[in-house]
Amino acid sequence: MKSALIVFLKEVRENLRDRRTLINTLVTGPLMAPLIFVLSVNTLVTRELDKAERPLAVPVIGAEHAPNLIEALKQQRVEIKPGPTDAERAVREQDADVVLRIPAKYAEDWNKGQTAQVELVYDESQRDANSSVNRLRTMLERYGERAGALRLLARGLAPSVMHPVVVAERDQSTPQARSSLMYGMLPYFFILGAFIGGMALAIDTTAGERERQSLEPLLANPVPRGQILAGKLMATTAFAVTTVLLSILAFSVAGRFMPTERIGMVLTIGLRFVFSTLFVMLPLAMLLASLQTMVAAFARSFREAQTYLSLLMLVPVIPTLMLSLMPFKPQLWMYAVPLMGQQVAITRLLRGETVPLHALALCFVCTAIAALLVYFVTSRIYRSEKLAISG
Amino acid sequence: MIEIQDLHKSFNSAGKRVIAVDGVSFSARDGEITGLLGPNGAGKTTTLRCLYTLMQPERGKILVDGIDVATDPLAVRRNLGVLPDARGLYKRLTARENIAYFGQLHGLDDATIKARSNAAIAALDMTDFADRRTEGFSQAQRVKTAIARALVHDPKNVILDEPTNGLDVMATRAMRTFLKQLRSEGRCVLFSNHILQEVAALCDRIVVIAKGRVVADESPEALRAQTGASNLEDAFVQLIGTDEGLAA
Repeated sequence: MKSALIVFLKEVRENLRDRRTLINTLVTGPLMAPLIFVLSVNTLVTRELDKAERPLAVPVIGAEHAPNLIEALKQQRVEIKPGPTDAERAVREQDADVVLRIPAKYAEDWNKGQTAQVELVYDESQRDANSSVNRLRTMLERYGERAGALRLLARGLAPSVMHPVVVAERDQSTPQARSSLMYGMLPYFFILGAFIGGMALAIDTTAGERERQSLEPLLANPVPRGQILAGKLMATTAFAVTTVLLSILAFSVAGRFMPTERIGMVLTIGLRFVFSTLFVMLPLAMLLASLQTMVAAFARSFREAQTYLSLLMLVPVIPTLMLSLMPFKPQLWMYAVPLMGQQVAITRLLRGETVPLHALALCFVCTAIAALLVYFVTSRIYRSEKLAISG
Repeated sequence: MIEIQDLHKSFNSAGKRVIAVDGVSFSARDGEITGLLGPNGAGKTTTLRCLYTLMQPERGKILVDGIDVATDPLAVRRNLGVLPDARGLYKRLTARENIAYFGQLHGLDDATIKARSNAAIAALDMTDFADRRTEGFSQAQRVKTAIARALVHDPKNVILDEPTNGLDVMATRAMRTFLKQLRSEGRCVLFSNHILQEVAALCDRIVVIAKGRVVADESPEALRAQTGASNLEDAFVQLIGTDEGLAA
């Protein structure tokens, strides 16, 4: 083990002298999670506030056919704009979120006491416009209900005849659960941090060492190759773990200052979160380091290794996407799957839910076993003759 | 003392079986410089790689000071100082740190490493650049550092693959002096080269390899006598049967 330690110390020392690696480990990687988080929360918050408080500007076609309706809308802080000639086109080209069209028959139907029709022209796929559309639709429906109630009263009937059944909504979602997509994405950025932190070393110690032609002299030393590999993996893991640690700390600080409650997100970032996250991320950092080293050892050159590793970086997206798009109930087996286990555990911790100790332990042990397996495969590759030959 | 007996090694290259070494046998004795001479692609580097246990021979036996390479590769590597064909340094470490790293891997303590490094730095005339990072080193500076690093554990046997490759005249002369010094210290020096003059100027014994086989194993004088050629270059061309790959 002494030789592994010598290799480890040398790799750490050498890479601490490389500014680009340092920036990746100490700055880019750790700031990935908090930065993207701050940006997305800010965007969401400003957008929601904008939508809720700003007067709603609506282009109206045929406003002259329904002066009372227009007046009622104006009272609800709707800014009536002259309508475009072609409503469908204006919406399609995103000149307007929604266009209200009042047909010429409106007044006639209204006066006869028949159902008068107004048209909302909008594009469902424009998610940005949805809150405007909903606001306008609610106002129009309320206006209709009020008018209906008045008509019933005028005929001597109670307006409640119109509502034989009333639905009272009791929403059980906590504020946290509502912004599930945001929660689902955060663990990925921690995982990405571990990836970025170890990447430079994984390449430098394998494909890089071969390309610089220093691997052959190194292997001529009286040290088993397994020990050399162990030292290199230890160094890569150390850098990845540093990145993860910094990233969790930076996130804990940034998370406290974010106006997350405004988008219905309550983050629970305490010591418990920090330690539990670190606990499940530790074996994952080892697994990723071994995977990166294995992939980079296959590569013939530095550049090739970089390409492979960038592709490998997409792998952790899979559980993230799966869990965000199909939010199913966390099951115990999920903790046993590396990457997915971390994803589930960190998301639950962020939401302030308790993750049972045995689930955390299961996550740790299974990921550690996977890391060991990859380590053994990598050390087999390291024993191959071709590995050392540079050209 | 290095003994190689009936060494065989082949590779798969683009689906074809290429025989690199085809029954090479020779020995290199202590206190002598043995030159491995042959055109490019003759199998010199492969032979040496099998010797310092980077590759496993398919057939044959290699003994270093009586230790079989196949049974105890670590002990063999402990008794060898190797300057491989690939001699990359760690560019973010200084020359001295590069040397110390290999010393540590050989299990030497810090005091020994320091004493040996100082001796090597003096012997190889490296004082000017020993404490600089190796990035931007000239070819000669790099080779010197690589040699100092390879010999930090004071090995009995020294293997150098094309040690003068890329060196200028002055550096080549210095290298010759250094190899002679190693010989005078009683070491077994084995080096490969494709340049005839280099081998002729230094060697007590010349092993000529062509197409993976030993075609001669003599002293320079005997080699000349054996082929009946008046100079070594003619002797060499005659031995390998072609002047292809014979770069001057």
